Amino acid sequence: MTGPSGKTGRLAFRNARLIDPASNLDVKGGLLVENGRIADIGPRLFNDADKNDPEIIDCRGLVLAPGLIDCRVFTGEPGSEHRETLHSASEAAAAGGVTTMVVMPNTDPVIDEPSLVDFILRRASATAKVRVAPMAALTRKLKGEVMTEMGLLMEAGAVAFTDGDQTVANARVMRRALSYAAGFGALVVGHAEDTDLVEGAAITESEFATRAGLPAAPAMAEVIIVERDLRLVELTGARYHFGQISTRAALDAIAKAKARGLPVTCGVSAHHLILNELDVGAYYTFRKVKPPLRCEADRAAMVEGVMSGVIDVIVSSHEPQGADTKRQPFASAAFGAVGLETLLPAALNLCHESGAALPHILNTLTASPARILGLAGGTLAKGAPADLVLLDENEPFVVDETKLSSRARNTAFEGRRFQGRAQKTFVGGECVFSRS
Amino acid sequence: MTSAKSGPLLPTGNLLGIEGLSASHVTGLLDLAETYVAQSRAPDKKTALLKGRTLINLFFEASTRTQSSFELAGKRLGADVLNMSVKTSSVSKGETLIDTAATLNAMRPDILVVRHQDSGAAELLSRKLDCSVVNAGDGAHEHPTQALLDALTIRRRRKSFEGLVVAICGDILHSRVARSNIRLLSMMGARVRLVAPRTLLPTGVDRLGVEIFTDMQAGLKDADIVMMLRLQLERMTGAFVPSAREYFRFFGLDREKLARARPGALVMHPGPMNRGVEISSDIADDLDVSLIAEQVEMGVAIRMAVLDALSRGFA
Repeated sequence: MTGPSGKTGRLAFRNARLIDPASNLDVKGGLLVENGRIADIGPRLFNDADKNDPEIIDCRGLVLAPGLIDCRVFTGEPGSEHRETLHSASEAAAAGGVTTMVVMPNTDPVIDEPSLVDFILRRASATAKVRVAPMAALTRKLKGEVMTEMGLLMEAGAVAFTDGDQTVANARVMRRALSYAAGFGALVVGHAEDTDLVEGAAITESEFATRAGLPAAPAMAEVIIVERDLRLVELTGARYHFGQISTRAALDAIAKAKARGLPVTCGVSAHHLILNELDVGAYYTFRKVKPPLRCEADRAAMVEGVMSGVIDVIVSSHEPQGADTKRQPFASAAFGAVGLETLLPAALNLCHESGAALPHILNTLTASPARILGLAGGTLAKGAPADLVLLDENEPFVVDETKLSSRARNTAFEGRRFQGRAQKTFVGGECVFSRS
Repeated sequence: MTSAKSGPLLPTGNLLGIEGLSASHVTGLLDLAETYVAQSRAPDKKTALLKGRTLINLFFEASTRTQSSFELAGKRLGADVLNMSVKTSSVSKGETLIDTAATLNAMRPDILVVRHQDSGAAELLSRKLDCSVVNAGDGAHEHPTQALLDALTIRRRRKSFEGLVVAICGDILHSRVARSNIRLLSMMGARVRLVAPRTLLPTGVDRLGVEIFTDMQAGLKDADIVMMLRLQLERMTGAFVPSAREYFRFFGLDREKLARARPGALVMHPGPMNRGVEISSDIADDLDVSLIAEQVEMGVAIRMAVLDALSRGFA
């Protein structure tokens, strides 16, 4: 993982609501940063400090939390820099309170070689404003045929192995890849859509799809692979994370597997928490995502899964597309929507509309992904990297695609009213975003 | 020539595997083989023990060292040796294994040495033939003379197997050498470790009385003997292992990994080696640690002992 090198000097926060899900901390107080790391934290820290001291940031009661870790970010670098670079994505991340982007290997070329992991880390170090943790491909060229050099890729800095939005269709290949990964203690991140069932489909099979006359695939295409992979995890003992799930059936299967003690975790995208299939409306291609939006019952199940803790992380599934790929008839348009800047607001929606506790939602964006991926951040503990977000969980705003920081503007939330977003973002104690 | 030991040297008229042998059988064969080491080092290496007997080497899989080792063993004991390889046999013309057995049986050999790609082939032939059958490797099942020659090589250097830590490293999944060695070494009191990527460890192998390691550095810690296995070329290109370079980095024997073993640890390999895949050249060629050439020499002696034992009949 890359990040700005630790800055010397001190930075102090006072009068904050400190929320650290990793240690169940939710208290008013202050925090001190030294040399890019958290040096001290406590309820009375800087209470009596001079309010006019320029070295001290008065948080005015806003929430100071660990910076967000977004476990599912597609960028266009290398290969599609016209859509998004590590730099432009990191601008969006900083504006969204995301201090670590976990980037997917679905680039051109595919990140399936140690030298390419090294390339990502070097480019990130040179150009990105936030930390970048690369996942490497699970199979060469994402073809689902030959496993990658997981040991060498881990040594190069890959934090997990995934074919991104591709499912490894061949169960034997998947079994061997999981088995091999288990020997290295590597995390495998799977995508659950039966390749043959979803081939050519644009949305979920339903009355809506029928009326729209769009090629569709059954929602069950997800649980078929979830069930298969859970059995393979049982067989191999590999650590497995479902990058994102979207259906009640998948949620139930994973809940059962967790109850049986299998080493599995899962994520959900902000899109599948907020939107359902009807939001596709009049062939609105910015809401064509992978997996496709589901029925309302499945969306409600995703919210329930986050509330109950069966779903471990919320991700943006940030996937930049341009006019060339999105201004197309729905069936021909590309999948994907950007989401780095709307991840936090969409997640906070669960607090406002579903009664979720703020620390619980922040946990899915900080401590939980850090634990799954073995990253150093995601906590306010002393000694941890000073990756922080200062957020106002109540500030209302309307998503305006023209104001997004990412190079690509294909948001699925255009015109949507949200409450709560990042005010300031710090990476290694350095301010990388401040809302004017 | 030693006189016959008190008990029978083999429990049956065949040698199909280490399975079925007892520790005393193994010890008896190793003792007998010692005399053939001496005989093979003498100027006149030949005796007439098997004079007039016919030995057929039937190899369905290509093999240089095992086939020539058996041929030499038979000839040094005075037997008539016939080599049949699959390319010249009628098996390639569609004959079944049973038909081949019946044909060979009619030629009245005394001993058939067989190597076959399928596990259980030697067993099948032994049921159809009147002569003694020696398994020279069947599929991923057993290769008993390899395990015996490995044991002889180890015993000449370490005197006793009791408590000896032997790390068998590499493609356990497809290896008959590993299976025979696990059986033999465990039976003789050695502590056997297996070191391999998970993809090359067969299911349930942990129930064979061995310790399993997927980290070679940990697996070699304090080992007395490091036994490397050959990784077949077709298995290092993705299906089981992602690449040869990754395999060598994590499971190939180099100086760094060998340094974890006990000082003076010895290295073995059944051959033929893939240098730079499972073993580095400097170790393979280092006569202070590598027993690889000695294994080949012990191979002839062990096979002479086995042929001798079979010619004596059985209990």
